[in-house]
Amino acid sequence: MSGRFAIAIDRIKCDGHGVCADLLPEMIELDDWGYPIIQPGAIPPSVLPHARRAVSGCPTLALRLQALATKR
Amino acid sequence: MTLSVLAGPPPNAGAESYAAHVARLGPAPAGTRALIDTIDRSNLRGKGGAGFPAAIKWRSVASQRTGDPVVLANGAEGEPLSRKDRTLMEQRPHLVIDGALLAAGAVGAREIVLYVGADHVGAIRAMQRATSERPAAEREMLRLVSAPVRYVSGEETAAVHFVNAGIALPASIPPRPYERGVDGRPTLVQNVETLAHAALIARSGDAWFRSLGAGGASGTTLISVGGAVPQTILIEAPQGTTITDAVNAAGGLTGAADAVLLGGYFGSWVPASTAWGLVIDADGLRAQGYSLGCGVIAVLPAGRCGVVETARILAYLAHESARQCGPCTFGLRAIAAAAGRVASLTATDGDLDHIKRWCGLLAGRGACRHPDGAAGLLGSALRVFADEFELHDRHHRCSVAAAHSVAS
Repeated sequence: MSGRFAIAIDRIKCDGHGVCADLLPEMIELDDWGYPIIQPGAIPPSVLPHARRAVSGCPTLALRLQALATKR
Repeated sequence: MTLSVLAGPPPNAGAESYAAHVARLGPAPAGTRALIDTIDRSNLRGKGGAGFPAAIKWRSVASQRTGDPVVLANGAEGEPLSRKDRTLMEQRPHLVIDGALLAAGAVGAREIVLYVGADHVGAIRAMQRATSERPAAEREMLRLVSAPVRYVSGEETAAVHFVNAGIALPASIPPRPYERGVDGRPTLVQNVETLAHAALIARSGDAWFRSLGAGGASGTTLISVGGAVPQTILIEAPQGTTITDAVNAAGGLTGAADAVLLGGYFGSWVPASTAWGLVIDADGLRAQGYSLGCGVIAVLPAGRCGVVETARILAYLAHESARQCGPCTFGLRAIAAAAGRVASLTATDGDLDHIKRWCGLLAGRGACRHPDGAAGLLGSALRVFADEFELHDRHHRCSVAAAHSVAS
């Protein structure tokens, strides 16, 4: 399982706990109100473990990994 | 003046009856899959605001294999500057119903929801009466639902959500309504004006529809013209004509004007000198970064302050936020508060700088496009009224002083 993924967020579920920015600072920062600003595009392979932790660590389970169309 | 969906009895004649409608236009043909190709060739665009090609929407619903499709005719007109949908339903209810039935036939739906804003009292009455005039087989397909009076009610996931669960709030996508909508079934959510045009295209063909437009553009479009014109008025304009033509059709300018709000509260401010020459055409406008939205042209009269008007609209949009997503709930609220201070000449340190930075933090950060719409409007205001914003913020002064004596 080494496809390319992006971070997708359900904005309605997100309550701005900010856990994701702690677990995945490489790709997520918080805005002035504590809601995530997510870097778009593919997650670099080196960061993927952090991304998985952010997805499962979100208190409202608002994040998921979204498979990107594979480019050959 | 080219009239198409508004052709027929004059505006003061009230709702056209079924008998008069059929006598004028003849019976509608049956809606078939082939109609989608005709709609495609006609280049009909959605008239609810996004301007999405109707045929692509119809085709994506028709190709789903997850249950019997549903058609939701969207007549919840939340845009405060728009009157077109309620007026169309009041005057030509059978054209809207024809379009919905044709769309149903084309995508394979047996059920149609007529979703009409609860405050559009005349439209509800006209649609009720029109439904009762229809043959039983059609009547049984039609269900009238009154939509709560709020800005987001007409957003397509909110419409589906309300029909399903009585909650007119946007839902997260995916799934989009064409995949899973009313009762979990593929649902075609289409604005009532779009359906009315489809009803005429089905009768007269795509070549006829294309010939209505000027300079290669297709068809006509309904536009609510307001502001510095004799009265707020609904016109039907051929695509391919200019904003000047539309303003003249509305009776012409009542005085000097510096800016035009194109597309309503989700639209953008355009300097008047640029606006007059703009061509009413979805593709052409988009290429220049503009949109007619749900068909709104509002001319800002000289003597009214663009900063004040923008702050007022932002306050409205912040209030109308569904408050489901953080950036819209808190970001838009903060922007509206700061813009209110700037407008009322009570800006505190950094208000305008904050507004400029926050404006970039709205787009794409909600379940629906509400924050995107607000950011688009604000961004255009910051460009068009740049000097005026600076003057208000830094010097607590307004070059259009009169505006502040009437603003509340």
